[in-house]
Amino acid sequence: MPDKSSRNESLQDFRSWGCYPRLHSSVVPLHWTTDFPLSDPPSTAMLPVGLGRSYGDCCLLDRGTLLHTPGMSRFLGFDPNTGVLRCEAGISLAELLTFAVPKGWFLPVTPGTKYVTVGGAIANDVHGKNHHGAGTFGRHVPRFELTRSDGSRMLCSQTENPEWYCATIGGLGLTGLITWADIQLRPIVSRKMAYTGTKFNGIDEFLAMSGASSGVDYTVAWIDCVSRGNNFARGIFMQGTHSTEPEKLIPSNPPRLSVPVNMPAALLNRYTVSAFNSLYYHKQIGRVKHDAIDYEAFFYPLDSILHWNRIYGRHGLLQFQCVLPVSDGERGITSLLRTITATGLASFLAVIKVFGDIPSPGMMSFPRPGITLALDFPVRNTISFALLDRLANITMDHGGCIYPAKDARMTPRQFQAFYPQWRQFARFIDPAFSSAFWQRVTAHA
Amino acid sequence: MPDIQQPPSRVLVLGATSAIAMEVARLLAPSGTRFFLVARNPQKLQSVRADLLTLGAQSVGICTADLRDTDAHARVLSRAAAVLGTIEFALIAHGILGDQRKAQSDYPAAEDILRTNFLSVVSLVIWLTDYFEHSRQGTLAVISSVAGDRGRASNYVYASSKAGLNIFLEGVRNRVGRHGVHVLTILPGFVLTPMTEHLPHRMLAATPSEVARRILAAVARREDVAYIPGILAIIMFFVRLIPRRIFKSMNL
Repeated sequence: MPDKSSRNESLQDFRSWGCYPRLHSSVVPLHWTTDFPLSDPPSTAMLPVGLGRSYGDCCLLDRGTLLHTPGMSRFLGFDPNTGVLRCEAGISLAELLTFAVPKGWFLPVTPGTKYVTVGGAIANDVHGKNHHGAGTFGRHVPRFELTRSDGSRMLCSQTENPEWYCATIGGLGLTGLITWADIQLRPIVSRKMAYTGTKFNGIDEFLAMSGASSGVDYTVAWIDCVSRGNNFARGIFMQGTHSTEPEKLIPSNPPRLSVPVNMPAALLNRYTVSAFNSLYYHKQIGRVKHDAIDYEAFFYPLDSILHWNRIYGRHGLLQFQCVLPVSDGERGITSLLRTITATGLASFLAVIKVFGDIPSPGMMSFPRPGITLALDFPVRNTISFALLDRLANITMDHGGCIYPAKDARMTPRQFQAFYPQWRQFARFIDPAFSSAFWQRVTAHA
Repeated sequence: MPDIQQPPSRVLVLGATSAIAMEVARLLAPSGTRFFLVARNPQKLQSVRADLLTLGAQSVGICTADLRDTDAHARVLSRAAAVLGTIEFALIAHGILGDQRKAQSDYPAAEDILRTNFLSVVSLVIWLTDYFEHSRQGTLAVISSVAGDRGRASNYVYASSKAGLNIFLEGVRNRVGRHGVHVLTILPGFVLTPMTEHLPHRMLAATPSEVARRILAAVARREDVAYIPGILAIIMFFVRLIPRRIFKSMNL
């Protein structure tokens, strides 16, 4: 009894960002890189989790033990000449930016939220608006330490244990615990981003704009997934580059807005979302808008509202992100959008981007050359699930692939078709580790 | 005299791997502070050292010691003074919660709590008080607990270790306060640290970084006693007023 007092043994409802599915696990906080392997190993499977910003179930484990890493958040070294930062893997990108920005350095690649850990960014090999020029996050992690449940510690890089390096980048946390990592930062001289927003009408226009902006650092588009007819596939193509005019580099303020409770799911219906989409589209008055905006507003517009996922109500939300090869991309994306608009299921955070062809070292990485589309839906009985199944089938028909970090629905057959290398990858999984996602997509079909 | 002083630049941290102490040091590091850190676990000390150096500390000396071993105190503290040149700020942060149920019926368990939280701190404070009195400067901050304000069935062994500490520090302050030495008793409520993570969450729970910010503000303002969060000063004022006759029958 007293020995147990050192660990939290109660089953907790650790939630992913989508709040779906809901599974119970015990949570063991890790505060030091030496806390793992646990002195008193659990009888259940284990899985490292960071800030739980994956949407689906890749950061969950039913009746397992979650190794909660955000307590491991120390900086271990920084070389101001090369911009290589070494830090413990539980540190968040927000903490990293608070440290690096005043020194004139920025993340090499950032997802749409800074509330993810470095370990999570590696395990999901996250991508950002600069994928076409910089590739995935994992490409900028020259070295890290992987600790296995048997206590062995491996330095991993392109030259040291290279097969483990490749398996762990995009390895969904299954290959062991990443204890620390080196990250190659990029220099900046200002917080400001030179921003251009351009309205488009239709996928062909979007693709033409993407093609013409391959030299721009960051590109992404918001796309209206509700409107039909003349407004079908309208959107705003957004481009940004780090400002080159030197300016004082001060750290960001913490957010002040928060969604305190789950909102009634009925608030998000096709009328409110349709109104939102129109407002968003018409907020920009001219066809082209130039502006200088802070990097927080450019990269992390939703981070300024804590717990924004609660607007989807207590049932949570489902995300869908796929990538389709460019060759058949326009037809495929049109088919996906027609399916979505036909159901009228609300999605007001839809983004579309063209991925570049820079390969990731990650064996199981999601990003690959093509057009990627990401959207979210409220969990609403069977309609949402039926829609996701249809979208997955269209993705499959067009030779595409679905992003595990955002998935709660792929079938084993689909996953194994998207990631045929999964069997080779499985050899690198720590025998004591598993995840709800992995159990789902490798179950016998 | 200015209201807000310069942050201390030569800092000794005892129990340097405790969550609150680490956050205090992290806040001080960017101003180029020199540190001397003492804790039991050499690997943890190394990561704290790396963290503080990366954040901008000018130098970080480390020393592995079990602070319950009072015989080692003079050696550890003289080394700290030698390495730092002058100790301007000493933070004593080590402590254990212990297991009340065990300690209330098993003397060795109670003794362990009292040795760690009270006697070892007394030994450190004796040395540091003489040091500061001699150099006619310095801030001594000790992390105690709001629990020391009253004895409750659920934690009175821990609480009495902190109560003893509070009175001891009050006396020290009375002795050396007139010589320019600042003695700060820190009384946090429930803090979300590894020490408390097995307990259910409480009202007014503070994070280590909130506590650290408040500690440095209290140091700058030369406060004697800092309840954290501040509202606890008012709450505990009334809790102390509850008559003993009523208090003893309360379910606490």
